[in-house]
Amino acid sequence: MKKTVFFGALAVAGVAAGAVAAGTLDDVKARGKLNCGVSTGLVGFAAPDANGNWDGFDVGVCRAVAAAVLGDPTAVEFVPTTGKTRFTALASGEVDMLARNTTWTFSRDVDLKFEFVGINYYDGQGFMVPKSLGVTSAKDLDGATICIQTGTTTELNLADFFRANNMSYEPVPIETNAEGQQQYLAGACDAYTTDASGLAATRASFENPKDHIILPEIISKEPLGPLVRHGDQQWGDIVRWTLNALISAEELGITSANIDELAKGTQNPEINRILGTEGDLGAMFGLDKQWAYRAIKAGGNYGELFEKNIGENTPIGLARGLNAQWKDGGLVYSPPFR
Amino acid sequence: MSTKSYVRTEMLPEKAPPPTEVGIIGWMKENLFSGWLNSLMTVITAYLIFWVLAAILPWLMNSVWNAGSLNECREILQGEAGACWGVINERFNQLMFGFYPENLYWRPVLAFVLMFVALAPVLFNPMPSGLKIAWGVFLVIGCWMLYRVGAPGLAYVVFLVAGGAFFLDRLASKMVWFSALFPFLAVWLLWGGTAWNVTMALFGFVIGYLVYRFLSPAVGFLFGLILAVLITVAWWLFLAGPVAATLAGSIPLELAPVESRKFGGLTLALMLGVTGIVGSLPLGIVLALGRQSDLLIVKSLCVGFIEFIRGVPLITLLFVASTLLNLFLPPGTEFDIILRVMIMVTLFAAAYMAEVIRGGLAALPKGQYEAADALGLDYWKAQRLIIMPQALKISIPGIVSTFIGLFKDTTLVSIIGLFDMLGWANAIRANAEWTGIVWELYAFIAFVFFIFCFCMSRYSMYLERKLQTGH
Repeated sequence: MKKTVFFGALAVAGVAAGAVAAGTLDDVKARGKLNCGVSTGLVGFAAPDANGNWDGFDVGVCRAVAAAVLGDPTAVEFVPTTGKTRFTALASGEVDMLARNTTWTFSRDVDLKFEFVGINYYDGQGFMVPKSLGVTSAKDLDGATICIQTGTTTELNLADFFRANNMSYEPVPIETNAEGQQQYLAGACDAYTTDASGLAATRASFENPKDHIILPEIISKEPLGPLVRHGDQQWGDIVRWTLNALISAEELGITSANIDELAKGTQNPEINRILGTEGDLGAMFGLDKQWAYRAIKAGGNYGELFEKNIGENTPIGLARGLNAQWKDGGLVYSPPFR
Repeated sequence: MSTKSYVRTEMLPEKAPPPTEVGIIGWMKENLFSGWLNSLMTVITAYLIFWVLAAILPWLMNSVWNAGSLNECREILQGEAGACWGVINERFNQLMFGFYPENLYWRPVLAFVLMFVALAPVLFNPMPSGLKIAWGVFLVIGCWMLYRVGAPGLAYVVFLVAGGAFFLDRLASKMVWFSALFPFLAVWLLWGGTAWNVTMALFGFVIGYLVYRFLSPAVGFLFGLILAVLITVAWWLFLAGPVAATLAGSIPLELAPVESRKFGGLTLALMLGVTGIVGSLPLGIVLALGRQSDLLIVKSLCVGFIEFIRGVPLITLLFVASTLLNLFLPPGTEFDIILRVMIMVTLFAAAYMAEVIRGGLAALPKGQYEAADALGLDYWKAQRLIIMPQALKISIPGIVSTFIGLFKDTTLVSIIGLFDMLGWANAIRANAEWTGIVWELYAFIAFVFFIFCFCMSRYSMYLERKLQTGH
């Protein structure tokens, strides 16, 4: 009896919670702060620095949205989420958006009732091996022992890859990336596999990074992007087009350095439309004309964010690769601002 | 007969014992090499100790204290093995206070120092003279901490007041009042905001007491108690907030408010640990008594609660606190995450505490219960005067074990995205400067936890000695 009452109460509360719907923009404006779910710490993507300020590639997206909506890139409350708490944090309304290197998959988009607004990083699973092993391709890894994080999609991808190539391997299960580093360095496994960005960051932290190579094969697709809840199209549009503004800005050559110059008006109508000197795109989703100007100014365009946080001049040293603009042979492509 | 010369008439002088039986050699022979098995074990152990120290000592000796990144450490070390404590040096504040605003560090530190002031009269009554010295040392350290975080004036005041109070024995007994007030003071210090909120919450207890005091003679003990509880809760729910707001309007009495998200590091662990410890003991006693009760409903409620909580891992409860409650509570409900976790941790510890105390109750000879009955004591008096003092004494090691386990379990909150020290270790390693550092961070965290757990363990041994009544 007691249990029935309890579950009844939960059900009522659950129905009430389901009514969390439209009006995220109004909520954020009323609060004066954007609640943005980020990782509890991932090299280059999100981490608090020595002064407690969050920094990273995903963090840059949060700051751009805050700048677009509230006019202040620092008006963000960063809510650290783990792989297990991230989806409930978003679904329950604890955060307004999630920028936490989350892979866009069918079930997350459809079944979990989220809306991926775009892709800010194209990742994929790769392998790292010691140079001394003399291996140059993942196809040579037949019979190797491989360190792998348990309970992730990487585990399944690995099994698929080896089966498709008719090879065998010996898995060494590990729990976290940190443990993986230790095991790999201690020689517990011949190869270490995880997302290529993670491999690069791990390799960069080694005492002698040059003794290790990342094999060229990428065995899975991991499109990472920010996401919002289903049901509030206006808010989804704002986050989507803020990301697109950053991407278009790079394509059109708008940088944080020259944006003030360009905002006075240019010969290029698309730049003018983005920066609000021509037309009024912002009004269509409830923002002012200058929203994109502020978003780009907050941390620079997509390319600038990339170079500053994970690019080749950082310790992580990721090449643009798939994440180059479409003009440069990558996949990063924004629909036109019109 | 007396001419027989072989009868000794005087004692021989004592000879020194053979050198192999006394001194270091004798001790070693007895304790380390008393047989071939022990000798073998000694040699193996000595080798193991040597092996561990040979690995650790050079690493420790070669410590780098000032470096801004792991690579800088490696450059300084030039390829030699060495500890890179630069990370602790640079991130010490974060490991201690989390995101707490730097100019307000004096508030958690003051709360920490005052916590010991509040605990002392409860833990040590009367304070043994040997401990007074330790207490003085602690006060100096605490005030130095206050001085370091930028509140020198406050440091002197605390030092004089708290120090004076404890060296004047007459004041010490009055300090129990401070212990009772401390939780409210700590909440105000840590979260800030207006002081009227906690004052009004405290006032609820006063109202409850007054209602009980004046109504129970008229309507009886049980109704008096129920009325008192109801009126107190009604006060908290409906009146305390508006009254506090009104008072704050005229006299603000405000500290800068700090949100729960800003708490972290050791501060968070201590907040959770201390709340859990202080809350779980009384709750555990009530549950243990309830479980032994003859009243069917009380008993089944207690058994159900204890078995349910003990049957579920703490992680599950933390997930319920952090995510499920979020989904079930109506949107827009502001139910502080730290408060939620505190409640869960306390309930969890209380269920274990109840079973530990039940063990103590079961160990008590039946004669004690019967003696209490024979004296004509009612249930509560028998519990308070005869049963509980003995049962709790028996349970001390178990109780303190639960406390220590609870304090260490607070690190689990890093899994639900709260930044305690382990959470910070992860976040720090996610910075490009420090990624790849492992041992230094975890060694430091282990050291900090060891200090607290070791102190708790020593205190329990002191308490056992003090309460020793056997012969």
